[in-house]
Amino acid sequence: MSRAGNVVESVRARLADSDYSDRSLIVGTMLAIYVLYLLVGFSLGFDVNGQVNALQRITFLTAVFAMAGLALNLHWGYTGLFNVGIAGFMAVGVYAMGMATAPQNPETTTAVPGLGLPIPVGILIGILAAALAGLIVALPALRLRADYLAIVTLGLSEIVRLSFSSNTLGEFTIAGTTMGTGGNSGINLVGDPSKIVRQFYETGFGIGPLSDLSGAILDSFASVGIEQIVVINLSYTVVVVGILGFVYVLVQRLGNSPFGRSLKAIKEDEETTQSLGKNTQLLKAKSFVIGCGLLGLAAILWQGSRGLTTPDTYMIELTVFIWVVVIIGGAGSNTGTVLGAALFVSILDEGPRFFRDIVNATFDIPRAPTSIVEAVGSIGEGDLMPLLAYVFGELAALQFVLLGVVLILIIKRRPEGLMGHRKEPASTLDISRPATERGDGAPGPPAGSSDPEAGTGEKEDATDE
Amino acid sequence: MSETETAPTEQEETAPEPILSVTDLRKEFSGITAVDSVTFDIEPSGMTGLIGPNGAGKSTTFNCITNLVSPDGGTVVFDGEDVTGMPTYRIARKGLIRTFQIARELREMTVLENMMLTANEQNESPFHAVSPGLRDNVRRQEERLLETAWELLEFFDIDHLAYSYAGTLSGGQRKLLELARALMADPEMLMLDEPFAGVNPTLEERLLDRLHALTQEGYTFLVVEHDIKLIMSNCERVLVMHQGELLADGPPEFVREDERVIEAYLGGEVSG
Amino acid sequence: MPPNGSYLPQGNPQYVVRNYYLELIFLGILLLLLVDLLNSVRTGALPLTRLLTFVWDGIIIGLALGLAGVGLSMTYSILGFANVSHGDAMTAGAFLGWSSVFLLVGYGDEAFGQLLLLGVGGDLFASDLGISLFKRPWAVLFGIVATGALTAGLSLLIDRLVFKPLRDVGSLMVLVASVGVAFILRYLVVFFYKPTQRSVAVAPERAAIGLFDGVPVIAASREELVAGESILEFPVGVGRKTQSYLQVTSHEVLLIVTTILLMVGLHLLLQRTKLGKSMRAMADNEELARARGIPTERVINWTWIIGGSCTGIAGFLVVLERGTMSFQFGWLLLLLIFAAVILGGIGSIYGAIVGGIVIGLTTTLSLVWLPEATLARPVAFVIMILVLLVRPQGLFRGRVVG
Ligand SMILES: Nc1ncnc2c1ncn2[C@@H]1O[C@H](COP(=O)(O)OP(=O)(O)OP(=O)(O)O)[C@@H](O)[C@H]1O
Ligand SMILES: [Mg+2]
Repeated sequence: MSRAGNVVESVRARLADSDYSDRSLIVGTMLAIYVLYLLVGFSLGFDVNGQVNALQRITFLTAVFAMAGLALNLHWGYTGLFNVGIAGFMAVGVYAMGMATAPQNPETTTAVPGLGLPIPVGILIGILAAALAGLIVALPALRLRADYLAIVTLGLSEIVRLSFSSNTLGEFTIAGTTMGTGGNSGINLVGDPSKIVRQFYETGFGIGPLSDLSGAILDSFASVGIEQIVVINLSYTVVVVGILGFVYVLVQRLGNSPFGRSLKAIKEDEETTQSLGKNTQLLKAKSFVIGCGLLGLAAILWQGSRGLTTPDTYMIELTVFIWVVVIIGGAGSNTGTVLGAALFVSILDEGPRFFRDIVNATFDIPRAPTSIVEAVGSIGEGDLMPLLAYVFGELAALQFVLLGVVLILIIKRRPEGLMGHRKEPASTLDISRPATERGDGAPGPPAGSSDPEAGTGEKEDATDE
Repeated sequence: MSETETAPTEQEETAPEPILSVTDLRKEFSGITAVDSVTFDIEPSGMTGLIGPNGAGKSTTFNCITNLVSPDGGTVVFDGEDVTGMPTYRIARKGLIRTFQIARELREMTVLENMMLTANEQNESPFHAVSPGLRDNVRRQEERLLETAWELLEFFDIDHLAYSYAGTLSGGQRKLLELARALMADPEMLMLDEPFAGVNPTLEERLLDRLHALTQEGYTFLVVEHDIKLIMSNCERVLVMHQGELLADGPPEFVREDERVIEAYLGGEVSG
Repeated sequence: MPPNGSYLPQGNPQYVVRNYYLELIFLGILLLLLVDLLNSVRTGALPLTRLLTFVWDGIIIGLALGLAGVGLSMTYSILGFANVSHGDAMTAGAFLGWSSVFLLVGYGDEAFGQLLLLGVGGDLFASDLGISLFKRPWAVLFGIVATGALTAGLSLLIDRLVFKPLRDVGSLMVLVASVGVAFILRYLVVFFYKPTQRSVAVAPERAAIGLFDGVPVIAASREELVAGESILEFPVGVGRKTQSYLQVTSHEVLLIVTTILLMVGLHLLLQRTKLGKSMRAMADNEELARARGIPTERVINWTWIIGGSCTGIAGFLVVLERGTMSFQFGWLLLLLIFAAVILGGIGSIYGAIVGGIVIGLTTTLSLVWLPEATLARPVAFVIMILVLLVRPQGLFRGRVVG
């Protein structure tokens, strides 16, 4: 083989190195989105706080949706478990956290009391509660056909939502302790995880060097005109992105292991997997429970910083959002899921609103007519603006329509999503390519037994069959 | 029925403990009795054939033994333990592995992944998979498994396909993969459902070679096959099923002469 | 003989929890509840009037669920996927149907745009048109037919655009696509009709049923019944009691009568015609049906037409009975419809009706024990889940369509 050929080979190997290319893909996509939003913000005349805020918001939402997407990817992409109860598991996580951390004797009479536990304990309880809810569903329901599992999980999420909105669970007393979900008006989330970040900036946790550090950070941001509240939000987002990184590695490692290999086999053919000696029920249950715990975590990080959560956050719409994230990205690919979250948040979720704001800022849009008939009627008079105003007025509804269209188009045109075609090696070792292409120490074919070059050659032959 | 029932019992006094013993196995599907009071013993090591016309109940017998389909009656004893109604995966773990009539390779997984999947004594804990130190243990274990996988792939001459997706293999290659994969589980006994169907003659030769080599090593085989000649010339014992019943059970020469067997095959192929 | 020889059922039978003990425990609990119910009626803790109202309401909801469930059940068994857009097709059909009724009744008197959009953004109210069964019988009849036809057409259109190209795609992905359809329908309704609740019909005519001096009578109202001004009297009486037990409305009666007539018609259609036979064949095995020369696409079209019109009519009648509708009403009914279909056994039309009535009664009778009405729906869903776990084949096992 010629020298040039070798170089080409090594470049190709480099690009095929999935970790490397994946990271750059995610970073590249995020940068592109940032540039787009900065341009939009610029055209809308945002100041530096506004710009940073917009980017922070996009990043934060991307991170929490990606985290929930990774959990669903573990369920659906790896194990083939059709979970349509995502919103329910998220609700269980958030509410458990909220009830655990609410003070025992609230200051206002309207607030529901809780257990008064510290925030980290509350977060842990939330994750465990979501996982436990997963276990309760998993034990009986994972025996069912996939479409029945879908109906069971959908039913469960409605049961959770309706029960949480009931007065009965709104405030109740068990063994002398009063707590509750707050019924229809929701629950104040005292156990706001972003509070830890705020404390760092406000008090430095009472530790000298830390408060010096936080002061220095605030000062340097202030020097470019960024306010404290923006810095706090930004820092919390950084923390959430860090947790996303952790979850990503976690799910990736789960997939690339004997555990993940068995899940992959179950997704393809459960009976065969059983016939080969795998306790598929147990494996599915483990996968389901882990995923539900992660859903709880994602929901806590997301809702926690809002200070209040209400039952109608957890409608079927939320579940569909997470599904769209995974389906855009491609079931089975973690990188795809993160990309899917980025595209979902920036284009489908936030995009239309920004677009409206730009148009509103550029053109003189009249007040929206009261009905579509009126709006269409004015087209006859040669005026398109009322229709546009009506569309902008009902933008939220049209966004859902758009989501439905996207969902159908992906399933029709590209069911594997952005990256679902790319398979990851289901092993702690990279067993997807011969060692010579990898250049690491994992065992390949025993020396002298078969020429790896010949091996790849025949592999292509086999593919042609 | 009397013949088939007495022959094995007489042998039992002299023969070693059977590795698999099926008694009175029954299965009905909405009116059709697919398996009708089937009783047989299989002694360790050696190759036993199971033949019968289409719909005789051979595959259903396999399904009932492994409890993929729960039998309506009867008992299955494997390796001295009653495994009737035991979850499929536990029967497999005890060392009784079966293959399917239509090769059920996991198409979206590579040949190597298919192989690595099957090893039973591996650490599948999700906790170990993600924990920094423990993952290295898993890794070392997988390295050992990988070596075994390569050895088996070589044994079946499909090591050049290791990195291909199982879905891209030809029919014959799939059958080889299924067999190699089954062996990864380190079984004591293998039940093969038509392992030669769709396999070209050269590959068939090779596969038979391997099977004989494995019997020498002490593996036990129960093989379903439509090619009667192949069974007759390669198995030391043949079971014949027809309409759910076990018609005959004995050495090939003995079965070949059985009138009911000849009748079941319309007096054709067996005698010829 | 099977060409491929594999008969392994799709779901491993070992997963089907065939645990008759569980079914017995269920029956036991049911029996206990029944005894408790009768006991509280006896002691007077639960007034008979209340109980009868629960039962009546339960049957009405149940029949509507069952009628709407027919379509879901048919597409589930023949096309093999759970159609999540079923509820929103019902909503969209009902909005279109009511628009056409408004146009029929108010054309010329009211602004066209107002009629078309059921009064969105204007001052057209239900009272201006005064639609009820007795006041405008022809409009109501027209509404039933029009909504049925429009929903059937909508279902066909959706099938052509979305589901037909996905015939070879796995059933789970089609399910996801149907979620997309659900979103599109639901939020197009919001886009055109706005999210606020629309009131479309006026209060229906009422009648009270009870005893006057021991004689069973029907009167125009509770007061008239007690005063002895009955419309209808039965020839025999028992005792000397005078009490009004149940109030019914003309729209409730219309719902019951229409549903029963449609079910009988459907029964005859599916039992007596070749279409019914073809549907059964397709539900059993589509490949085989095609091989036998059954025009599968035509059968599928009829499935959507029949299912769609039943669903549309159910939606129209429910809205008529309630007097109002919002963009979420079909979606909110969907899980209850699923519960009915699953309880009855997917593919069985009688199953859908019986399942519907059981679910309907569950949502009303559970109020006897529940502390608040919000929890009634969760209880129905719990029952659905338990049925799936214990008896996934439903009450009427096996018999597909008809
Ligand atoms: N899951 C099932 N449901 C209904 N009938 C079944 C099922 N499985 C098998 N049968 C019936 O049981 C009988 C035996 O089938 P089986 O597949 O065991 O035969 P076989 O001997 O393996 O035939 P072949 O040589 O064609 O593979 C057949 O009549 C078949 O129709
Ligand atoms: Mg067979």
